[in-house]
Amino acid sequence: MKLLDAVREAAHTIRTQKLKTAFSAIGVLIGVTFLIAVVSIIEGMNSYMEDKFANGLIGLNTFQLARQPMYNTGNVTEEMWRDWQRRPRVRYDDADYIEARLTTPAVVSRYCRDRATISAGGKVAKDIDLIGTDPQYFTIKNYDLAAGRIFTPQELRTAQPVMVIGSLVGEKLFPGQDPLGKEITVSGIPYRVIGVVEPQGTLFGLSMDKFVVTPYSAPARRFICPIGVLDYVSFQASDPQTMLQVRDEVEGLMRQRRGLRPGTPNNFDFTDSKTALEGWNKISRVLLTLLPALVIVGVVVGGIVIMNIMLVSVTERVREIGVRKALGARRRDILTQFLVESASISTFGAACGILLGIGLAFLVKAISPLPATVAPWSVALGVGIGMSVGIIAGVYPASRAARLDPIVALRSE
Amino acid sequence: MSDAVIQVRGLTRSYVMGAETVHALRGVDVEIRRNEYVAIMGPSGSGKSTLMNLLGCLDTPTAGEYWLNGQEVSRMTDDALARVRNKEIGFVFQTFNLLPRATALQNVELPLVYAGVPAAERRRKAAAALERVGLGTRMDHRPNELSGGQRQRVAIARGLVNEPALLLADEPTGNLDSTTTEEILGVFERLHEQGQTIVLVTHEPDVAQHAARTVVIRDGRIASDTPNRQRAA
Repeated sequence: MKLLDAVREAAHTIRTQKLKTAFSAIGVLIGVTFLIAVVSIIEGMNSYMEDKFANGLIGLNTFQLARQPMYNTGNVTEEMWRDWQRRPRVRYDDADYIEARLTTPAVVSRYCRDRATISAGGKVAKDIDLIGTDPQYFTIKNYDLAAGRIFTPQELRTAQPVMVIGSLVGEKLFPGQDPLGKEITVSGIPYRVIGVVEPQGTLFGLSMDKFVVTPYSAPARRFICPIGVLDYVSFQASDPQTMLQVRDEVEGLMRQRRGLRPGTPNNFDFTDSKTALEGWNKISRVLLTLLPALVIVGVVVGGIVIMNIMLVSVTERVREIGVRKALGARRRDILTQFLVESASISTFGAACGILLGIGLAFLVKAISPLPATVAPWSVALGVGIGMSVGIIAGVYPASRAARLDPIVALRSE
Repeated sequence: MSDAVIQVRGLTRSYVMGAETVHALRGVDVEIRRNEYVAIMGPSGSGKSTLMNLLGCLDTPTAGEYWLNGQEVSRMTDDALARVRNKEIGFVFQTFNLLPRATALQNVELPLVYAGVPAAERRRKAAAALERVGLGTRMDHRPNELSGGQRQRVAIARGLVNEPALLLADEPTGNLDSTTTEEILGVFERLHEQGQTIVLVTHEPDVAQHAARTVVIRDGRIASDTPNRQRAA
């Protein structure tokens, strides 16, 4: 018998026994569904976290110099927290000192931020990110302006009360109007709107457009950070390699400026997109470790189910096997027939699992801000698992069928 | 010699059952020539079934020789026997033994599948075999849509499809009423007239009368081997 004929027979059996096939395949189906859905969500999250979270929040090839880590992962003890609080803060003159001595080319930006309530003409916007910074900030954040302009180095130097606003702030305070040239009050100090940033979308369902940017020297600065103090200084390099070089240089300069002896730990920290992703990477590692366990449980149970159904099937079809042998089937033909049948059931289950998994991933994508990308390797793995489980589960029943004595088989009822 | 389909010499088959050895066949010699129509008769326990299994290459003898269509088959391996069953023997069973989920055509195609015949040729040959037994219009019916006589004719078509040297029928009318029995025996007669060699195993003298020669087995030996009187046309 040719393999093609065996496949044709298996397809015929499956078609005529739909319900039985569906039940036999359910374990493999669940296992593969898990595989595809979880991998799709993790893959989607990976690209999302890298693009939107790390590069969006911190910037491409950028790191931040600050008193303490920006994104804490793992256990932060009371001890560590107190140690961070005792460290000196990063100040304007630290930034000046480094900028004056840095030899590797980098975009340097000073940054300070707080949550504030702002108002304009009786309208109030709460929980707005009030950011004090410099023009380089717009470069690092890769902001495009929808209208107007950013502030100039002159306006920064002369501490002008000007601001560039996020699109949502404009919509909230000046609905249906052009916000350019309008006045926004921060803690009683009036600012003039000179630019509006293009909408940035959402991160985990939170709007990224609820902010206003002012020069860090501007009149309201004491409401953002203590005067002379910064939250962090950003350094953006042209590529990841240069970024590491800049970071080494900044580390050396800071240690030198703070007079740290060799062997004493840094009393400042760096955050880059990699460290920001550490938390996510930990989660995805755990998921990817648990996933095989889930898949294996589903698939092993599925394999046992298929093996039992195949054993029942062999018992039910003893006479058929006898007839086939009488008509000239060799052991190998019977073995092939049952192996192919078992593999077909299992592969059918895997195929349904792949479709279901993709469906599940896209359902998650539709009802939550989480993205999903179907990884081709997971689909290939799903098919591979389906086939091999079927073949492994089929070996014992098929060899039992192949070993049957035709005379005994023909006599059975 | 050259036109002998079956040559059996000193065929012996014994089974070991626990401490006992059962001698089912105790040395059978028989020769069946091409285009013979032979009935094998015998009461149950006579060794008739054992002889049929050996003639059908489903079993191998303990001792003795069996030449089928010029090949010594008594010492063959399982796979070689499967090949011989496929090429040289057409089986017809008492209970038809059709695959219930397959159509008549698919059932008849089955021996060709194991012979490795390509699908298109298989279909053509199977259709021709069904025509030969008068079922050309029932090819797409499943066994449960056919009468007992029609089922047995499908089984006969399946037995013929590989053009075997020997058509081996085991109680082919055992499950049929008397009218249908006549119908099926009529089919065998026609095939015999067309040159087919047929061995028919039965315990009914009426059925055996349709063959040209009757071999009676008793206690594992041939008790008689006689030509039948000319049948009424």
